[in-house]
Amino acid sequence: MGGIRTAGDLVARAMASKALKINEAKKYVADKLGVSVFDLSDSQVMREVREDLNIGHVLARPGGAIGIEAKIRIAELLGIEINSVKRFHKCYG
Amino acid sequence: MKKIMSRMGDGSVTWLTPDELRRELEEGTADAADRGKIAPLSKDELERLFEIYAAPQKVVSVEPGQEVVHSFDAGTLKFPIRGGVPVDRLGTVLAHERAFCSDTFEVGHTDYSFKPVKAIIAEERQSMEQIQLNATIPVYYGAMPNLGLYTKPDGPIENWSELLPKGKINEAREAQEEAVEHAVKDMYFVSTAMHESGADGINFDTVGASGDADFLATLKAVEKLKKDHPDMHIEMGMAGEFVLGMHGELEYEEVRLAGLYPHRQLELVEKAGADIFGPVINTKSTKTVPWNIARSCTFVKACTEKAKIAVHPNAGMGVGGVPLTSTAPVDAISRASVSLIEIGKADGL
Repeated sequence: MGGIRTAGDLVARAMASKALKINEAKKYVADKLGVSVFDLSDSQVMREVREDLNIGHVLARPGGAIGIEAKIRIAELLGIEINSVKRFHKCYG
Repeated sequence: MKKIMSRMGDGSVTWLTPDELRRELEEGTADAADRGKIAPLSKDELERLFEIYAAPQKVVSVEPGQEVVHSFDAGTLKFPIRGGVPVDRLGTVLAHERAFCSDTFEVGHTDYSFKPVKAIIAEERQSMEQIQLNATIPVYYGAMPNLGLYTKPDGPIENWSELLPKGKINEAREAQEEAVEHAVKDMYFVSTAMHESGADGINFDTVGASGDADFLATLKAVEKLKKDHPDMHIEMGMAGEFVLGMHGELEYEEVRLAGLYPHRQLELVEKAGADIFGPVINTKSTKTVPWNIARSCTFVKACTEKAKIAVHPNAGMGVGGVPLTSTAPVDAISRASVSLIEIGKADGL
């Protein structure tokens, strides 16, 4: 789907966390982001969405979230559990 | 009559008339239907495959909005090991995340089997923890059950491949049953450790490579892992389309494992508790790519029609309608991808 250039990572996470198939996961993510399913794989739309939400993107920028910072926001945004985020909270409070 | 560029299953170019292309597709789906005792593709589905494989463009694609996600096997082996690029696994993950735009990725040890990882688990955990701090995409840990590693001289068990030609059937079976118990312990140990280090999931790759005992060991390990760690996300990718009966009498949930095709493998993978099933359909190198993709789509469709979990068919060198070559031609791999998504109804690749 295009990973963090679009919404591929988010759809993959929804599939894993909510035990969804591809079309259900796309709808779940689209609803959470407030965009259409079509928009999820549009890099132009998703760049703005990802930068506004600061959930990680292929283009590095000052203040742009990467890694665990981005994943903490993604977990909250999608209402899902992310294993590394759980571990981070457990280890670092 | 203008001929259509196509390929053989070994990757070499061949040219087909439209009638020949249609015949290859029909014979490919018929072969799968006969072997798997499943429904062949419909006329409409074969016609769509014809359009995909007759398209003159080098690269084809699904329509915008119809994309699916990718998962990996041997993820961190491809760039630094097979490609020879001097970059560590963290760098490899970030390159896939930010340059190749992978949806997910998978970290594995160079040996890529669970048994050898056991001895270096501390270092593997450390790498995973560092990678998880830096990566945004889901990162799995992957390895192979590889039951053969438990045989002498590398392991403690007699080698069933040496016992079988000597006619020592019972001894060969007992050796495999013993290997299953060792493998389950190792897979459980490594998977639990990587889960505790933040892995987004565990990928069991090339399941069944050593036959029905290999498949049984993985099913047992997955069942135990899911019981103790319900939040662990597990992908099971197969080694081949047909479970080899190296033992021949092993069962899981009262189903004999030897001889199972993908749609029957799926049922057991679901019972064990895995979240993603990766069916393999072998490419026949002496047949055309259209023959192979019609065959692959027939098997994959039989899986997705009844699957409760996501199905990610393997689509790479020598499987899923992709030629048996380590540098798969982009025309063939793009056509296989579109076909597996549109006709096979795959959730991912």
